[in-house]
Amino acid sequence: MANTTTNSPLVTVDGTPLKVSLGRAKRKAKLRALLLVAPLFAFILLTFFVPIISMLLRSVDNEVVSYTLPNTAPLLSQWDASSGEIPGEAVFKALAADFKESAEDKYDDKSAGKVGRRLNYELTGFSSMFRKTARKSKKFEPPYKEAFIKAEKKWGDPKYWQVMQREMRKATDSYYLAAIDAGYDSEGNRAFNEPGKRVYLKLFWRTFWMSGLITGLCLLLAYPVAYLLSILKSRTSNMLMILVLLPFWTSLLVRTSAWIALLQKEGVINSLLVATGMLDDANRLLMIHNKAGTIIAMVHVLLPFMILPLYSVMKTIPPSYMRAARSLGATPFTAFTKVYMPNTIPGIGAGAILVFILSIGYYITPALVGGQSGTLISNLIAYHLESSLNWGLAAALGAILLAATFALYLVYDKIVGIDNMKLG
Amino acid sequence: MKLLNRTLIAVAVSAGMVGVASAKDLVVVSWGGAYTASQQNAYHAPYMANNPDITIVNDDSAGGAVAKLRAMQEANNVTWDLVDMVASDAILSCDEGLVIEIDHNAVLAAAPDGTPALEDFGDLVVSPCFIPQIVYSTTFGYRTDKVGDTPPTSINDIFDLDKYPGKRALQKKPINNLEWALIADGVPADKVYEVLGTEAGVAQAFAKLDTIKDSVIWWDKGAQPPQLLADGEVTIASAYNGRLFSVIEEEKQPIAMMWDWQVFDLDGWVVPAGGKNEADVLAYLNFATDTQRLADQAKYISYGPARASSAPMVGKHKDLGIDMAPHMPTSPAYAEHTLLYNYEFWADNIDDLTESFQAWLTN
Repeated sequence: MANTTTNSPLVTVDGTPLKVSLGRAKRKAKLRALLLVAPLFAFILLTFFVPIISMLLRSVDNEVVSYTLPNTAPLLSQWDASSGEIPGEAVFKALAADFKESAEDKYDDKSAGKVGRRLNYELTGFSSMFRKTARKSKKFEPPYKEAFIKAEKKWGDPKYWQVMQREMRKATDSYYLAAIDAGYDSEGNRAFNEPGKRVYLKLFWRTFWMSGLITGLCLLLAYPVAYLLSILKSRTSNMLMILVLLPFWTSLLVRTSAWIALLQKEGVINSLLVATGMLDDANRLLMIHNKAGTIIAMVHVLLPFMILPLYSVMKTIPPSYMRAARSLGATPFTAFTKVYMPNTIPGIGAGAILVFILSIGYYITPALVGGQSGTLISNLIAYHLESSLNWGLAAALGAILLAATFALYLVYDKIVGIDNMKLG
Repeated sequence: MKLLNRTLIAVAVSAGMVGVASAKDLVVVSWGGAYTASQQNAYHAPYMANNPDITIVNDDSAGGAVAKLRAMQEANNVTWDLVDMVASDAILSCDEGLVIEIDHNAVLAAAPDGTPALEDFGDLVVSPCFIPQIVYSTTFGYRTDKVGDTPPTSINDIFDLDKYPGKRALQKKPINNLEWALIADGVPADKVYEVLGTEAGVAQAFAKLDTIKDSVIWWDKGAQPPQLLADGEVTIASAYNGRLFSVIEEEKQPIAMMWDWQVFDLDGWVVPAGGKNEADVLAYLNFATDTQRLADQAKYISYGPARASSAPMVGKHKDLGIDMAPHMPTSPAYAEHTLLYNYEFWADNIDDLTESFQAWLTN
């Protein structure tokens, strides 16, 4: 009897094997859990990942040229750019047809002006060349070559045709080249720009070292504050916490403007120093519209992001640890470095990552107080998004920034370990 | 209960539809602040009084409007009916097919004497999509208390650190600064763009700017230079003339203007392609850009009306009661040395020269 029960599979009351029944119940629970996270997942996918990916794709997307000039594209690809001669009548005829089509289809994404703008990023002059030609193209008669050159003499210069031929491709690397201060030279080879025209690499470097410095300064200032908050009685520490959070609830612009009023040459701090005789009127300190301004204002703005994770970690460290270390003979310094600080590393990691990542993407504060030496890469990304409308270059710069951040994140994971991070 | 709910919803929906049918909202995008207020007073309010079925809704997001317009068009959901833009942005939007081309003479009112609109606006119609509204200028303001008895009178003084020590505020872009540098370096004004079109010319302009580079605070937003002047941070600043007017006349700061080589620029309307109320917007434009309306706007802000026929009708400031004609950048008193923003040149060279400018700033 005992033998048979151990050999036959366990069954539930209705006779289904227990394993199957359990599996079913689990599946149901899993499904329910999935359904619960599905809205959030869909939300993040739709509002976060899809836009970011579609924006990043713009850094290589180049379809506008061949899409707007469909007749010209196949003919131009057969042209020998090294011949030093402009293409023949057949290409001009196709181009005339494309211009006519785009004039009729202007609001349907087929604007010749758009192509002119696009090509102007590669070579100055395309913008007006396409605009002028588009205006006159309605009246073009064969021979088209003469008509084009009469409308705009740049059509007779092979260098423009060379760029057009190259950029007929559907995906381009020229935005990425531009983002690292490079481009195509007159022979069509990839090359770095001349030193006087290099901007972006310098700004990337500046963005990273300044963000590192800001993170370090935040840590230095936040650590004692967070410690104080964690050991005080809750009534006092709540009061102090409000002081930490208060700036958080104030508009970023207001806080930045307040720093302008404080730091500028005729500002509060300088005037105070001059009035007390600590500073000569002629030697007022330059604390704003330069790197110093950006660093001071950004440290202030980002400080709460360091204090809060540190505080939440320190709050959980029992004071008895330090007392135990002291009673076992450690000096205060040893007790701090061997016992207390290692326990706060999850908070340091979380705060540092938050502050660093926020500061590499900051642009309002540097734009207002940074002057010429305190401007960061995000200011140029914003410029290309909002003013120059060169979204391809903005996307390429953004993608590089993202990749660099990921790389740093991996380094951080290797050294500190991402599991060791505690956000609150 | 369910039935009641449904009935309520049905009633609400139909009421809403009736509402849409009888009244229309036109979303007009402009710069906000005193500028939108001047448009509200001079154009919107009288138009709405004459056309009770139209409501004009102000949207203050003209900064970065081209980017937003492009995003809207890509999403196929253009929610703006009319946008206020500077001329260079209007040209850009026109190229991109973001805004519609206008038949100026058909859409806009003729001058009181019958001059067709296109002729009345003259060469200020810099793009077929653009309807000019005002002429503004980028010019200079200086602290009267920091320049002694000899206030600056010429563009050369901007670059003269011995005669006028102290910081300068200039706009953080190549436009205007490069032109001024060349003029101050002795290039005749009519040759400026020719010279700037060559590499040597660009180098010459940057070399001249190098002489004051360490004394310049670069501004981004139009509100900054009047503030920098009022705080005494800078001695001389380039700024929009309307901003200087308000800091001088309304806030009574010790600041005065220097008009030498002011650079004219234009601001006006564009109609987004794919907008849902095109016919109503064009009807509104016919009213809002007529001779009287453009002259009326100058009662509220010191920008010059873009129509030639409006100039003689400019009156007094509504609140201050001062004569506005001498405060117009187009006033003959300041006409000796002026430059008109060269749209053609900058449309081609903006990308290249902005890059050079940024590199120059960074190095």
